[in-house]
Amino acid sequence: MQGFAGEFSHALSLILNGDAELWSIVFLSLKVSVFAVLISALIGMPVGAALAVARFPGRRALIVLMNALMGFPPVVVGLLVYLMLSRSGPLGVLELLYTPTAMIIAQVVLVTPIVAALTRQVVEMLAEEYSEQLRSLGVSRLASVPVLLWDARLALITALLAGFGRAIAEVGAVIIVGGNINHVTRVMTTTIALETSKGNLALALALGAILIGIAVAVNAMVSAASLRAEREGLRHA
Amino acid sequence: MRRAILRAVALGLGMMAGVATAEEPFIVVQSTTSTQNSGLLDYLLPGFEAESGIDVRVVAVGTGQAIRNAVNGDGDVLLVHSKPAEEKFVADGWGVERLDLMYNDFVLVGPKSDPAGVKGGADILSALSAIEAAEAVFASRADDSGTHKAEMSHWADAGLDPTEASGEWYRETGSGMGATLNIASGMGAYTLTDRATWLSFGNRGDLEILVEGDPRLFNQYGVILVNPERHPKTRATAGQRFIDWLIGPDGQAAIADFRLEGQQVFFPNAQ
Repeated sequence: MQGFAGEFSHALSLILNGDAELWSIVFLSLKVSVFAVLISALIGMPVGAALAVARFPGRRALIVLMNALMGFPPVVVGLLVYLMLSRSGPLGVLELLYTPTAMIIAQVVLVTPIVAALTRQVVEMLAEEYSEQLRSLGVSRLASVPVLLWDARLALITALLAGFGRAIAEVGAVIIVGGNINHVTRVMTTTIALETSKGNLALALALGAILIGIAVAVNAMVSAASLRAEREGLRHA
Repeated sequence: MRRAILRAVALGLGMMAGVATAEEPFIVVQSTTSTQNSGLLDYLLPGFEAESGIDVRVVAVGTGQAIRNAVNGDGDVLLVHSKPAEEKFVADGWGVERLDLMYNDFVLVGPKSDPAGVKGGADILSALSAIEAAEAVFASRADDSGTHKAEMSHWADAGLDPTEASGEWYRETGSGMGATLNIASGMGAYTLTDRATWLSFGNRGDLEILVEGDPRLFNQYGVILVNPERHPKTRATAGQRFIDWLIGPDGQAAIADFRLEGQQVFFPNAQ
């Protein structure tokens, strides 16, 4: 692996010197994955919490299915979204294939089960803990969902970070629905795949190291923010 | 807190809408990895984009997948290298007309140790026969790409069926050219590659060109406009303008000017 140090410092200097090309790739990666996680949170958290408190036939099966979907192969998700968004597909008229929106959709499909499954687990534990209080207050099971979600917020941030980790690191789905088009849908992981296929292994590895650095930075920022929120919450309480 | 979340969501939806509606004229070109990995398209496109104001969005996949994507209507122009498959695409009504664009050639690369002893030959069929006789490791694309179709036709012309030895000395990677070259480099295998991808490939390791110059290794690229009668949303006007530019004097001159390691690797031959 001769030249890795050189390639790495080259890639790092591109980042530090604000190389527009590389930064736009990094920014698009973040934008796509952050939106995907936000939308997944809007869908996955209520669904997960509802599954935690509601009682209905088939609930167990649904939970098993949701847990299994956490392992949905990204390539299959990419293929399904491609078939939906293709001009020959049912949603072809929307002209979304090969756009960042298509990549967001694919990542939402990948991330929502993770958010929902982890939310379900956290909220179920809380619901058991608080079941007597909630019952004495006369709160119905479903009505208790917002309260439980709010109370579980710190644990749910971990769920979102897990989803973000899956989204930002994923390549199989976004390369199919995004097409890895330069300046339009090229993100960090598809750039790494492209450089690997060109045999530029050192550059690919350097970009991978930067991707990891970004993931660490995002996690650190979120954990610092939630820690501060927790302290402030204690002070107000 | 709740207002902050709402604001974030509103901002998110707004930006997504912005992504979907940020319209400048563009076309989607379904093309092959060789034209992208070699850097040819990066070299050609700025000239056309500056002149026309049309943004060219390239999806680089194998020829087989590019054609299937175009059949689905997910592209306006097809730029690939497998003449029989291209002619079938047009005959089936998916494309308007197939035009010759340029050519380059395939080369057989393999390890310097050359266990099958094919080095210096100029006959691809006898080289493949020697590899088969020696049961030397050969990495095949096996992905229905133009290069894979060419490789299979050479095996057939040599009267051999290597897939019988699949998993033994014949390794079907099912991957793109670059990935297959990485594999060949890793296991010291022979493989067939187009010259442009080879010259731009950065992880050759112990591999070198062993057989070249056989007229059979000729590699013709064609360009086709996706048929707007089949897919009414095809950006036919802009797509046709791109094709006209490629086969016109400016595009042909730009193709001829492109160099890799000081060598010309694509030779314009539009009629």
